[in-house]
Amino acid sequence: MMSSEFLGNWFLPGLWITLQVTFLSAALAFVIAFPIGVLRTHRLWIVRFLAGAYFEIFRSTSSLVFMYWIAFTVPPVFNISFQPMFAGVLALGITYGAYASEIVRGALAAVPPAQREAGIALNFTPFQRLRRIELPQAWPEMIPPFNNLLIELLKGTSLVSLIAVADMTFAGDLLRLVTNDSAPIYTLLLVLYFVLAFVLTRGMRLLERHAKKRVGQAPEKTGLFGGVRATSSIDAVTGTGGAK
Amino acid sequence: MSADSSTSQEIANPAVDGSELIRFDKVVKRYGSNTVLDELDFSVASGKHVTLIGPSGSGKTTILRLLMTLVKPDEGTIGVGDRYLTHEERGGRLVPAGEKHVREVRKNIGMVFQQFNLFPNMKVLRNVTEAPVSVLGLSKDEAEARARELLDLVGLGDRCDAYPSQLSGGQQQRVAIARALAMRPQVLLLDEVTSALDPELVAGVLDVLRDIAHTTDITMLCVTHEMSFARDISDQVLMFDAGRVIESGPPEQIFTEPEHERTREFLGAVL
Amino acid sequence: MNWNWSHVDDFMPLFWDGVQLTLKALFFGTLIAFSLGLVWAIAQRSERKWIRWPVTAVTEFIRSTPLLVQLFFLFYVVPQWGPSMSPLTTGIVGLGLHYSTYTSEVYRAGIEGVPAGQWEAATAVSLSRRRTWTAVILPQAVRRVIPALGNYVIIMLKESPQMAAIGALDMLGQAQGYSQATFTYEAISVVGVAFIVIAYPASVLLRVLERRLVR
Repeated sequence: MMSSEFLGNWFLPGLWITLQVTFLSAALAFVIAFPIGVLRTHRLWIVRFLAGAYFEIFRSTSSLVFMYWIAFTVPPVFNISFQPMFAGVLALGITYGAYASEIVRGALAAVPPAQREAGIALNFTPFQRLRRIELPQAWPEMIPPFNNLLIELLKGTSLVSLIAVADMTFAGDLLRLVTNDSAPIYTLLLVLYFVLAFVLTRGMRLLERHAKKRVGQAPEKTGLFGGVRATSSIDAVTGTGGAK
Repeated sequence: MSADSSTSQEIANPAVDGSELIRFDKVVKRYGSNTVLDELDFSVASGKHVTLIGPSGSGKTTILRLLMTLVKPDEGTIGVGDRYLTHEERGGRLVPAGEKHVREVRKNIGMVFQQFNLFPNMKVLRNVTEAPVSVLGLSKDEAEARARELLDLVGLGDRCDAYPSQLSGGQQQRVAIARALAMRPQVLLLDEVTSALDPELVAGVLDVLRDIAHTTDITMLCVTHEMSFARDISDQVLMFDAGRVIESGPPEQIFTEPEHERTREFLGAVL
Repeated sequence: MNWNWSHVDDFMPLFWDGVQLTLKALFFGTLIAFSLGLVWAIAQRSERKWIRWPVTAVTEFIRSTPLLVQLFFLFYVVPQWGPSMSPLTTGIVGLGLHYSTYTSEVYRAGIEGVPAGQWEAATAVSLSRRRTWTAVILPQAVRRVIPALGNYVIIMLKESPQMAAIGALDMLGQAQGYSQATFTYEAISVVGVAFIVIAYPASVLLRVLERRLVR
């Protein structure tokens, strides 16, 4: 059985690393998603093409393979070295940034064209239209799909254990090797991920409510146990609207 | 109807006699194979109130959208004041206007839309102050003082803190009028501004517009199906059909003794 | 830059073995995901609470927890009281089970997209419940869910390298094995490019299909 010493020495720090990796790669993905998503609606085709190429390439990339590549191929080939966690965050941030850019693009495309026209009639610059009119209106629409993506990202952070980052999953693995009592370890691990996903979803719902209030929309009520997923018309992971 | 014969190749100052604020010169607009405007020539003198009437699909709204640069003409030029809206002069040649030139000329034009198009993410007051602050560079206080004045004018001085979604259609449209006026345009384009309103809300909006027409020297270009309103405020009425002006004149003449058969038919159907 | 193309050449035979195993896992994983997902979706529409509620809870739980940990669970925990599975079988079961909870959502949306009038019409001509499902509802639902299902196949492809963590010799597993045995690092790049080369055309194809099928 798990010793409390082991829990304190490995599991809790592992939980902390999981949270760090989730937060850092979400931040990186977020920072990538906005420019890429916006540029994919740019009026110059070459800009749209380049931003679209980023999206297509990293959406088609296996994040685990990419993570291995950054961790084990980049350092010897380019003669640089970095922390494994850096490789993990980079790989997750870049691939999830591509998915998230699709959310940004889709939400911008869903702003009624009449809003753009009203912006032109008031002589806003294209950038002012984006910042004052289009993004504020698109933002509440982005939150539910961002929520789903964040849960995917949280699950994806378990991959960093495979490049020797001591996250929760890594701690679980280590514990199994030491105690050979895998049933309670992996059960606990799964429950912990579920609880984290649940908490993140609650947080995102609050954010959504706040955002909707700020643009004058009445937020819809969802119960406390409204599930871990948000319903949304945009699905970044599958890239489909409509049927999903 | 202006019989302007100058060609678009000429780069003379378009405002030859200085009184014409808006000039369309051989403007062609096509959507696919459908020609909406066919070598259209017409002009509007400064300070006049002009109403465009005609069957739907005759290109009236397209004229407003061209003036607002929401669509581009396929051929011909559009002038506003002493400049072209669609073109600029570069090295002695007329070339399609760049964004900067367009913005400079477009400053003089405001528009009120059929569907109001208020910004749902901003409260009423900010709908009116946003553009004066970020486009004209007014201070926030200045813009707010002016916005409150305009909102009082349209009878909504007490709804500054409401979101558009909390207002009726008529109230939203009055905010949209205040928003357009806050930019101090020389020209105000009104695109079927009462068509999306419930009948009992139409009068309030038209009253506001009448008020503006009679108390300011703003040039108005108006597409409407409200013939009594058109008669009330217009100096000139243009009858459109199939992308051309087929008849024009003061409202008394057009509404009481139209010359053209199509005009008679149209008025017979709507009056 | 230190790069040696001869290592790429040497890796190629192993790479093709890996491709075969990846595609095998993908094929059987997809079969499980598609069929089990349909079971979940129909169970979640059941009128009996004791069916609906546990199925919802279990699928929600599986969907909210990492595939990697689930693979570990299947590989290390399940054999303690159940069958022992090879890494490949574990990978297939894990992928299939995990993504069945996603495809069930796709089916659910597809089923909900069938107008209520179709259920009523089926009742009106007194079709049995079974016939209603097989002859009326599912044929209409399937058409609109095909593109979304296809997308999950691509996602499963990209997530399948996690099998390597329990020792399956898929594309990534082969690359790891080769790299560690030879102290080289080129193999991973080959695999990385291979994923893009497979996944991108597949997603383009799906978009074309989607435009044809949905409306």
